Amino acid sequence: MIVYKDFLLEFKMKDSWVTMMAFVVMVIFLFAFALGADWRRLDAIFPGIIWMAYLFAGILGVGRTYGHELPEEALTGLMLAPGERTWIIAAKMFVAFCFMFGMELVASPLFFILLNQSWSGQWVPYLVTLALGAWGFVGVGTLLSALSANVRGGEALLPVLMAPLAVPVIITAVEATKAILASPHQNPWGWLEGLLAYDVIFSALPLLLYEYLWEV
Amino acid sequence: MRARDWWIWPFLPLMWLALYLDFLWSPDDVQLGPSQRIFYFHMGAATVVLVAYTITLVASIGYLISRRLAWDRWAASSAEIGTVFTAMVLISGILWGRAAWGVWWTWDPRLTTTVILWVVFAGYLLLREWSDNPQRRALYSAVLAILAYVDVPVDYMAVRWWNSIHPVVITNQGVNMAPQMVVAMVVSMVAMLYLFGIWMAIRLRLMRAEAGVNELKNQWRTQLEG
Repeated sequence: MIVYKDFLLEFKMKDSWVTMMAFVVMVIFLFAFALGADWRRLDAIFPGIIWMAYLFAGILGVGRTYGHELPEEALTGLMLAPGERTWIIAAKMFVAFCFMFGMELVASPLFFILLNQSWSGQWVPYLVTLALGAWGFVGVGTLLSALSANVRGGEALLPVLMAPLAVPVIITAVEATKAILASPHQNPWGWLEGLLAYDVIFSALPLLLYEYLWEV
Repeated sequence: MRARDWWIWPFLPLMWLALYLDFLWSPDDVQLGPSQRIFYFHMGAATVVLVAYTITLVASIGYLISRRLAWDRWAASSAEIGTVFTAMVLISGILWGRAAWGVWWTWDPRLTTTVILWVVFAGYLLLREWSDNPQRRALYSAVLAILAYVDVPVDYMAVRWWNSIHPVVITNQGVNMAPQMVVAMVVSMVAMLYLFGIWMAIRLRLMRAEAGVNELKNQWRTQLEG
């Protein structure tokens, strides 16, 4: 089943990655223009800005995880393949996670450079925050994208459903990032534990519920 | 209104009683004055929200297990009415917050989780609105309802887990209010639940009728085409 993952990874390398990256860079530009040149005022809202950008790019990227499978009934093919269906989902989530996390890794330095923020944080907690945040989006996002891929007007529906469910991720991730970037450093682990709890709940639930989505 | 709907009529005197207790009989709050009376509606509506979304959850699980569309109708009606009552909770809360805290809105854990609940279930209703195949709609909305329900216990516990400025009325030590206020609160809660029951009955009836009409239409269509 691991083969699935690699296969899917390669298969998708093309467009969703490019779209996500281009989008997140655009968001950086837009924020830079929209907020003007007053860099000092930016300090307080900087963590919020980066997570908003990740959220939007994440919605865009996650929405593609099933969009791919619709033409030519590829999903049916996947489902007919032998083996546990749960693994397909796990593979989907894993691939989406890799994209999201990779996007965050590449975009983070860009954010710091283009918005003129000096890096004074700790590396490990920052990476943990990025990873847990990406995991949180992906857990809910893959399930919702499976839902909306089959619904008329689904592309418009995905952000509507996704945004409120992602609010806890935004709150905890932004607060953790704030604590990490603050000088002197504050302790981000309280927020990160909350984020971890969310991640666990919202990846266990989709794994349980996916079983039902295959049928129609 | 049919003969078998007699059970709806006791609602009227009950609601009058609740209004009398809430507005005239119960005392003003020592600090908040008459704005306290908003609370009875707030609490009543909040009780209905809890009950309504719990019914949605149970019916959604019921649908996933049994695949009978009757469960789906229960889930959908209950979610619709629950969303209306969530709006009532939010509006009454906003009015009370203005009187008690001096601001219309603040991003307190309780308020935030409640508004998330409202938006998520609005999304649920949108999802239902936009899908046309009844089986698929039932399946998808059941899955979404289970996801959305996660917020309900969080909302309930929000004032207990985190430092919330929202008052906690019912605690392990009992109810933090004057006895007359407790009576008014309980009567309002019962009246609101009664209203919910009536509303559910009407909505379920309407949904059954809708499903019946659609079925007939499909039959005719196949006959005409065949």
